[in-house]
Order: sequence, then C-alpha cells, then structure tokens
Amino acid sequence: MARVHLRNVVKKYGALEVVHAINLEIEDGEFVVLVGPSGCGKSTTLRMIAGLEDISGGEVAIGDRVVNDLPPRERNLAMVFQNYALYPHMTVRENLGFSLKIARRPQAEIDRAVDNAAEILSLTPLMERKPGALSGGQRQRVAMGRAIVRHPDVFLFDEPLSNLDAKLRTQMRVEIKKLHQRLKSTIVYVTHDQVEAMTLADRIVIMRDGHIEQLGTPLDLFEHPVNTFVATFIGSPPMNLLDGRLRGGQVMLGDGSTLPVPPGYAAPEGARVQFGVRADNIMPVGHALPGTEHMAEVEMEVSLTEPLGTETLLFAELAGTEVQAKMLNPRPVRPGERMRFRISLDKCHLFDAQTGAALTVREMADA
Amino acid sequence: MASNASHRNRRRALTLVHAVGLFLAMAVICLPGLWVVLNSFRPTVEIMAKPPVWIPNELNLDHYRAMFGGIGEGGVPVLTYFRNSLIISVTSTVIALLVGMAGGYAFARFRIPGKSWWFVGLMCTRAVPGVALSLPLFILFARVGIIDTHFGMILTYVAMNVPFTIWLIDGFFRQVPPELAEAAEIDGCTRWQAFWRVEFPVARSGIASAGIFAFLTSWNEYALASQLTRSVTSKTMPVGLLDFQAEFTLNWGGMCALAVLMIIPALVLTFIVQKHLIAGLTFGGVKG
Repeated sequence: MARVHLRNVVKKYGALEVVHAINLEIEDGEFVVLVGPSGCGKSTTLRMIAGLEDISGGEVAIGDRVVNDLPPRERNLAMVFQNYALYPHMTVRENLGFSLKIARRPQAEIDRAVDNAAEILSLTPLMERKPGALSGGQRQRVAMGRAIVRHPDVFLFDEPLSNLDAKLRTQMRVEIKKLHQRLKSTIVYVTHDQVEAMTLADRIVIMRDGHIEQLGTPLDLFEHPVNTFVATFIGSPPMNLLDGRLRGGQVMLGDGSTLPVPPGYAAPEGARVQFGVRADNIMPVGHALPGTEHMAEVEMEVSLTEPLGTETLLFAELAGTEVQAKMLNPRPVRPGERMRFRISLDKCHLFDAQTGAALTVREMADA
Repeated sequence: MASNASHRNRRRALTLVHAVGLFLAMAVICLPGLWVVLNSFRPTVEIMAKPPVWIPNELNLDHYRAMFGGIGEGGVPVLTYFRNSLIISVTSTVIALLVGMAGGYAFARFRIPGKSWWFVGLMCTRAVPGVALSLPLFILFARVGIIDTHFGMILTYVAMNVPFTIWLIDGFFRQVPPELAEAAEIDGCTRWQAFWRVEFPVARSGIASAGIFAFLTSWNEYALASQLTRSVTSKTMPVGLLDFQAEFTLNWGGMCALAVLMIIPALVLTFIVQKHLIAGLTFGGVKG
C-alpha cells in the first residue's frame, strides 16, 4: 500500500509535449480513475507511473521514494493491460506465478499465493490451460490474478475492460470494485468510458490535451463541472448547452426567449454564455420533478423518443438547439407533440461561451 | 434436387482434379530424389542402362560399402566430410541466428530511420549469386590465410545467412506484442530476462524456422565451398561428391550413396523442427 505523488510531471516526445506539468496526489488505498478522450495523455501518465515511459520532467513518487529513474521491477506495482498481455506460452498457473518465480520465492509460497488468487477470481478450473484456450472474460481475470498475487503497493489498470462486450464489462466492473474493497489497495485506473469512471472511482481525474481539467469525487464532477468539457464528458446523456447572452439579469436565448440565471452563477450584462442543463433536470410538466422555488417553464416540440424502460429520453428543440429531456413514468409520446417542460434551475449551470469556464459567483468575485 | 446433384458432382470432380494436380506436382518434386535414393542401391550397369530400367532388378549396398572402404577401393573420407559439414553448418547457423535475433529484434522494436532501405539493402545482398563472390573471396581468404579452414567457411555462411535471418526474425518479433515484455518487466524481470523468458519463447517457432533455412543453406551450399575448401581438413559433403569424379569416369552410384547420406540429416532435422513450426504459431496471450 502506498501513496502516489505526481509533481509537475511532463512527458515530451522530441519537441512535442504531450503531458503538461501534471500534479496529482493519490492517497493510500484510494481508487483514482484517469479519464478523458483518446490522446489526452492519460495512458502516458499511467505508463510513466509504471516506469514504461521515461519522465521528461517533474517527479513521480510512490510511497516515500522518488521513482523517476527506477526500472518498473523496482517500483513494486502491478499492471493490467488493455490486451491483457498474458504470456501465451505459459499455463494460467505459470502466468499467475511468474512474478513470484522471478523473485525466487519458495515453490510452496508461490503455490499458496497462486491458489489463493485463483480462488478469489474463480480461475481454479482453468489453471492448466494456456491463454489461447480462454475466453475474453477469463483472460481478463487471469490478468487481474497476475496482478494480485504479488501484493503490490499500487495497481495500475490501462483500459482493462475495453476489449470486453457490454455485459461482461458491467460484470467485471463490479468484480474490480469488489476487489478494491477487499484488498484496500491503491489503484490508478485509466479509461475513456465515463460510466466506468463514475462507478469505480473514489476520485476522478479528467484529462484533456495533456492537462488535468478537473479533479474530484464522481458526484462533485457531476454536480459542479468547472467547464463545458467536463460538463459534457461526465454524465449520460451529455449536458445540454444552450447559447445565449445576458440581458437584464436573464439569459436570452437565440430565439429571444429568456431563462433565469441559475442560483450560484453570475455573469456581466451582455456576456455571451452557455446555459447548461442535464436531461434529468428538464422534464415534462407533471413528471416527478419535485417543485422547488427555482423553476422555469418552456414549451417544446418533441421530435424523437428513446424509451429505456424506467424512463424515456425525449429529443426536442429549444431556441434552435436540440436538447434531450427525460420523462419518468413513461407514456407514449408522438413525434411532433408539443409539451410543456419544467427546468429545475438549482441543477443548472452557466458557462462562459468563449472559454467554457463555469461562471460561478465565487469565480466572479475572484475576477 | 437436380441442381443439388450437379453441385455435388462438380465438387467431386474438383476434388479429383486437385488430387491429380497434387500428384503431378509431388511427382515432379520427389522423383529426382527418389531416383537418387534408388540409384544408390543399384549396380552401375543398371544405372547406366539405356533405355532406363525403371523397376530395379537388384538392390545392394555395394556403393555404400565401397564408399566407406579403403582409398584404393573407391572409398572417400565420408565421416570427415560429414564432420566438416556438421561443424560448419551448425556453427554458422547458431551465429546467424544470434545475430539475426539481435538485428531482427532491434528492427521490430525500435524506430530506426530508413528502416525499409536497410531491409532492401539486406535483401540485395541475397540477390548476388554466390559464385560471383567466389573469386574475390578466394583472393581475400588466400591473403588472410583462411582458405581451407572451418573458420573461413563459417564466416562465409554467416555472411550469407544473416540478412535472411534478420529479415525473417524481424517478422516474427513484430507479431509479439510489446506489452508482453512490458508485463514481464513489471512482474520483476530485467529487460534481458523479459526477452529470454517471454519474448524469445513466444517467437521460438519463428526463430526455429529461420534456423532451418540457415542450416539447409549452409548444409547444401556447393558453389563457394568448392572454391574455398581444398582438402579433407575442411571439405564439406557437397564438395565431397566430386571425389567420385575421375578423369574419364563418373561413379554415379557412389555419388548417389553420398547424396543420400547428405539428405538424411537435413530430412530428420526438418521433421523435428516441423512440429515446432506448426505448434508454436498460435498466439493467445492477447486479445485475438
């Protein structure tokens, strides 16, 4: 078990800088997920922690040791790769015990550790098979087993579920979370899937273009995104963003209609802004949205519906922008039907149209 | 129904055509070899008979007996030639494989500027006919004093085989995902251990096939060996075949007998390695 500290960590390939001075403190036993679109530097960051990539600048520390120049084998960590990277010429048993064998542990100890790991991951019946004879989910479990036999200080996961089908992915997600609860170890997990990030993480690190955009607990990111990138990246369906301008203390949308400024946000008169509202907070009148004092009402024409069982997604147009709304207690809706929707302003956001930054009252005061 | 039957007939006809075609192709490939084996057991009269005697009347071991016999009785130093061939082929193959593995691995794993041109260059060396090199090599070796030595022949064959082994082994290492070595390093291996314990065994089958090619090239090579070897100290088996050639006569039977002895080890080796070649080529360690 150990903490992982990144201080001003930089990665350059020649003149091209792909990770820009990242700072990150991962606590002992914490499950941290690095998430972002492909090419955002999340995998590179993970590989720098692992020691598979040289660190161009800054410092990586595991526990109390700065590990910048230590080879991977001296960092005492385990890693699960996207393509599993099982040793194809070894049986499952040999794959699991490989690290202990390299460390020249006594055979009895290796057997005990391997059997234990196999039990945790229900691999016992597969021990004598080679990776080629395993299904995707089984290979995934062997890869995880190979990581846990070593009792490493830190677990690193590099998009471990992206090669699995949707059902298996959900299942393995739960397995990983259970594993974390059981082992209480520090985990750094990379994914491009925001659902994985939300469900697994103690804290999420959202990255874009080699920068950390926001860092916080899943709910924190969901409820208080610092900019439009985070707002649209986290949550499904993505947050609706409506272009507008501040007029007389109200947000005037493209078609001249107005919405109040959400509580906690502020912008100067005339500023170009984006009004952010999630589908969960814009619902047809009479559809299980508890009324609060900050409500707004709009009328929209529904163009498309996506019934999901417990809820139905409604696609409609508001001031020239397509927005998604949610209807609980679904009933059939015809395309073209005009409905009145209520927007819960307490859960809405206001962003600067140019920079995308959230226009919270505190930030206004700072400025 | 009718169309079903006609399809079935067509498929049968196709199978037949395949079989006949395969038989003809195999006949063309195998008959000369078979003829050599057959001739090694037949008396010279029968070998020389015109029209040829297809079905042998008599088979005996006379040629083999004579070959292993004394100098005056048509004997040749077979065992010495065999030893020379073995030493030269095995040593040059091992060296060519080691160099090929180092080179192939480097080409497969690291970004090398002008890589494709390096490859073209390597292949170009294969385009030069061996005989064309014999005179320059002869002069060079004579000056240095390594004519008629194992060392000289080994050097020649290593040079001949290395471009090929590099090219072949590069292809096999490229099929080994780099994550395997990375996983091994994280599991506690040094870079060196990761190579020998993971990447090498995974690419083993490919390396074995490169080895077979290199071995057979050295084992069968005649043009250069006939120039660069002078005496029993370094003559290889293909060159030894010439011992059956006298001023006015050609001992076909003896030649065939020696040729059979030459073929056997190559055949055995191929069979042993063949199993490897087929067994190893399935990669299951990564998603596939």
